[in-house]
Amino acid sequence: MHIEVKNLNKEFGSFHAVQDVSFEIEKGKLIGFLGPSGGGKTSILRMLAGLETPTSGDIYFHGKRVNDLPPQERGIGFVFQNYALFKHMTVFDNIAFGLKVKKQNKAFIKERVQYLVELTGLKGFEHRYPHQLSGGQRQRVAFARALAPEPQLLLLDEPFAAIDAKIRTELRTWLKDMIGELGITSIFVTHDQEEAIEVADEIMIISKGKLEQKGTPWEIYKHPQTPFVASFIGESSLIERIQCFKGFEDVATSSGIKALIRPEYVEVGKSGEIVLASATMDAAVKHLHFRGSEWMIELEIEGQRLITYRSLEKEVLHPGEKVKVLIHRAYLFNEEKSWIMENPLKVDPLPIYI
Amino acid sequence: MMMRRLWITLTYIVVSLLLLLPLYKIFTGAWADGLSGFMDALLRAQSLHALKMTGLIVIIVTVINTLFGVMLSIYLVRATWLSPLVKRLSNSIVDLPFAVSPVIGGLMIVLLLGPNTVLGTMLGNVGVSIVYALPGMVLATLFVTFPIMVREVMPVLQEIGDQQEQAASTLGAYSWYTFWKVTWPNIRFAVMYGVVLTVARSLGEFGAVLVVSGNIINKTQTATTLVYQDVENFNVVAANGIALVLAAFSIMLLLLMEWTKKRKEVH
Repeated sequence: MHIEVKNLNKEFGSFHAVQDVSFEIEKGKLIGFLGPSGGGKTSILRMLAGLETPTSGDIYFHGKRVNDLPPQERGIGFVFQNYALFKHMTVFDNIAFGLKVKKQNKAFIKERVQYLVELTGLKGFEHRYPHQLSGGQRQRVAFARALAPEPQLLLLDEPFAAIDAKIRTELRTWLKDMIGELGITSIFVTHDQEEAIEVADEIMIISKGKLEQKGTPWEIYKHPQTPFVASFIGESSLIERIQCFKGFEDVATSSGIKALIRPEYVEVGKSGEIVLASATMDAAVKHLHFRGSEWMIELEIEGQRLITYRSLEKEVLHPGEKVKVLIHRAYLFNEEKSWIMENPLKVDPLPIYI
Repeated sequence: MMMRRLWITLTYIVVSLLLLLPLYKIFTGAWADGLSGFMDALLRAQSLHALKMTGLIVIIVTVINTLFGVMLSIYLVRATWLSPLVKRLSNSIVDLPFAVSPVIGGLMIVLLLGPNTVLGTMLGNVGVSIVYALPGMVLATLFVTFPIMVREVMPVLQEIGDQQEQAASTLGAYSWYTFWKVTWPNIRFAVMYGVVLTVARSLGEFGAVLVVSGNIINKTQTATTLVYQDVENFNVVAANGIALVLAAFSIMLLLLMEWTKKRKEVH
């Protein structure tokens, strides 16, 4: 289903939960709403479902305005954060609910439920009650129940939040494959950037009720359009005085420019380790954290804190050690605009003569 | 350890003094003149009429209370079109009958709808009498028992939340279907518990009914007011006989209550 949202607003009393949000979603895409908790993601999702009425703005499905349609008529499937399974019904009856409402005949219902049970790997659990299932199984039931009436749009509110970390990754992959296979337009809400990047075709970053940026995970990573997006994706360090850093001395000091530097933009090494020695500067190792597959290093450069990672294969650094640092690029911004600046020293000034 | 045993023994003594001993006295009192005395007391015209009145009131009150109690609970918990202030206010008003003495409740009805009032006269002119007739007695019992159903159903509705109902709506179900298939199975044992309590309370209601009914023999007398009258007339055997019937009902209800309570917790 093709979805278009125009100037959507939602106010809860004096709280402006969603502010002037507009976007378009192509048919068959898997979209992730990403942002901090309480940012309005769920409100947008609930307005798309018809569970919440917009204060102003329009929602179009297939070019038809659906603002005045109740949830029953919108042809959507909704998976709730806590699944909201009917606890007095068996797995079979839960999945069959939407079909029974539509008064389908018994044989058809049985066949469709059987298909969904097999699709979601719940075979053998048809006669169990929700309280006899694990978190992951409940999630699958909720998913199958939402899919049963063949919705045009699937909405998932924090679908993995209530599941423990280990199964979460597994379920994520499963869900992505499943949605891909069915080709149904889907939107899911999450506050976990790793989850959004891994699962979604396209991400919409939503913060404080505003749509900050929409794009593929790679685009958002590569070209963050607002300081919020730049700081939210990845673990950037905020640098107040970028002029102290080698290569960035020429950045204007007057217009209140600040910088965000991602760990992967920073190269750290003992003196002589970095090839482009002319572009490096001195730094001190403040702390070392072991992160399982690599070291996270906290550096101090002229009183400013910078985070980077270092491979376990390289020589181990120690707190207090003097090291060399090369900053490949920085994301600069001030009140009006934001841009990415490459380190100019990385280009060797005399390449021809060497 | 000694102290604890002492307390437990004391509790048993108090319970038997307060509950078992009176029950025993009612039982022996009813059979003081043998089976014939008991049967005579029960088969008097006024006894049969009083028991019929009580039964009628119990049925009408329970039906009305269940219907409106469940409805009000749903509105108070779910309705988004009611402002929180209105909800809080009505929520406190629901408890009013618990706080007000039943006699006062009955008196309020007499003062509002009695034969000497504007409303009472107007209704009297079209041939409807409220006070000193069945409608007034039903009204008085309704007033006394109204909070019971709401107080049983509201917490359950709050606990289950509205997500299951919203899920039903996204699956295409409208409110009536959702109520019967989703909400009702969740609240039915609470409703049943409420019904049992309402029956028990309206069966034993005395004060409010006495004020409103005028206690007219063979007309507006209920089982409890008949017991009162028999005691006044020193007809102790008859009083005990009716009391025994009421007590037997109460014990039955108690057992039913235990059963529904267990089922309520299972869910």
